[in-house]
Amino acid sequence: MYVAVKGGERAIDNAHDWLAEERRGDPGIAELSVAQIREQLALAVNRVMAEGSLYDPDLAALAIKQARGDLIEAVFLIRAYRTTLPRIGASRPVDTGAMVCDRRISATFKDAPGGQVLGPTFDYTHRLLDFKLAAEGEAPEAPASAPQTAPMPRITEYLDRDGLIQREEPAEDTPPDLTRAPMEFPANRALRLQALTRGDEGFVLGMAYSTQRGYGRNHPFVGELRIGAVSVEMDIPELGFAIEIGEVRLTECETVNQFTGSKTEPPQFTRGYGLAFGQTERKAISMALVDRSLRWEELGEDDTGAPAQDAEFVLYHCDNIQASGFLEHIKLPHYVDFQSELELIRKIRAEAEAAMARAAAE
Amino acid sequence: MSEIDTRKGWMGLLAKAPAERLAALWAGFGPEPGFSWLRAPEVGGVMVRGRMGGTGAPFNIGEMTVTRCALRLETGEVGHGYVQGRDKEKARHAALVDALMQTGQADRVRAAILAPLAQEMAAARTARAAKAAATKVEFFTMVRGED
Repeated sequence: MYVAVKGGERAIDNAHDWLAEERRGDPGIAELSVAQIREQLALAVNRVMAEGSLYDPDLAALAIKQARGDLIEAVFLIRAYRTTLPRIGASRPVDTGAMVCDRRISATFKDAPGGQVLGPTFDYTHRLLDFKLAAEGEAPEAPASAPQTAPMPRITEYLDRDGLIQREEPAEDTPPDLTRAPMEFPANRALRLQALTRGDEGFVLGMAYSTQRGYGRNHPFVGELRIGAVSVEMDIPELGFAIEIGEVRLTECETVNQFTGSKTEPPQFTRGYGLAFGQTERKAISMALVDRSLRWEELGEDDTGAPAQDAEFVLYHCDNIQASGFLEHIKLPHYVDFQSELELIRKIRAEAEAAMARAAAE
Repeated sequence: MSEIDTRKGWMGLLAKAPAERLAALWAGFGPEPGFSWLRAPEVGGVMVRGRMGGTGAPFNIGEMTVTRCALRLETGEVGHGYVQGRDKEKARHAALVDALMQTGQADRVRAAILAPLAQEMAAARTARAAKAAATKVEFFTMVRGED
């Protein structure tokens, strides 16, 4: 229970002034610009966009600066800003098959048409600290080759053609939106995917990892991972046609999972799907694993009681803003609640002590 | 290409164009024509959707910022601006270009603004694709000494 308490205003103002000073750090060191954060801490910016559920690199960079690099606090700032934006509409579903890929790899087919394109990846680095970065140097330049013009078809298309993988049935239903209506259970797959794509990367990663280790057996192949730019198209009522309103960078992961078949279905592979704003590869792969794990019921699998099979558990706990809001509120003044607890325990103790004294006297 | 497709082309180009470049090209184009607002620039969010498995049923990924406006030139043509981000100037420039493209000045606007924008954006895309191409794996098979 909260009780309004007056006072502390001066302390709060001074605390915020000090916060501003600490945020700036040593004034003898050059100040970070929002553009520097956007360009040089791009993966932090991407994470804040994905979990803040708002694609705007400049705003995410500003939030990171304001939050002193606390990414969950930055996500909080973006979520709060997002709620002030009037909703202009919804886009047509983006065509990730037409993505202009920076990176595209498959762990299932070595010779996939379009090839294995590594892109700007940490993979195969030695994870040794590079002290050259501590010194100022010239801007590095990446090698270039003739740009590829051939299309990069989806890997799952090949399996789909032979009926070896469960088909994604196309549909045009309006998906539920958890920013507009409270989450309801059972949550359909569209709602689950929305919750996962904005869910905390660490939480979704932990859930995905648990499925790999055996809590709901789920050890898939990464059929395909692609990172790149897609155009966003929206129908404009006043024009009477659709136009492109921008371009977003996305990471998409499709997993290929084992499946033994059922009474109605011949044995075939099944899929998990991850799609998130920005270059957010760990998140997209994790999302695909958890998506697949949560599909146990529709695929006729056993409920092993694993946490990653429990949609309520996963979806109610994956949002780091809800979680930290509830968690951190316990540090705010609870003086009256605690006072009543204190009085209660004193009363119980007094009764217990009196009873003991009586017993000793008898 | 139909008239609508052509218009879709320039509106999409303007939506994705870097705001500073559009502003610079617009400034170089000449004096701004007179106009009145039909809808003053407004920043909002558009919910971006994806498809399950890339091809299945839609779901919501998250929003993106978009600024839109509509205006009427003194000569009567109506221009719409729908651009990515929160830059109201960019939306105004886009709407003015959209309106002027419906006038006798279309060729001049195309040459001075749309063509250079398209060229620069294509060049940036090609440069990125060239770097991606350089990271494509060329597999070769190791000869094993088992004969």
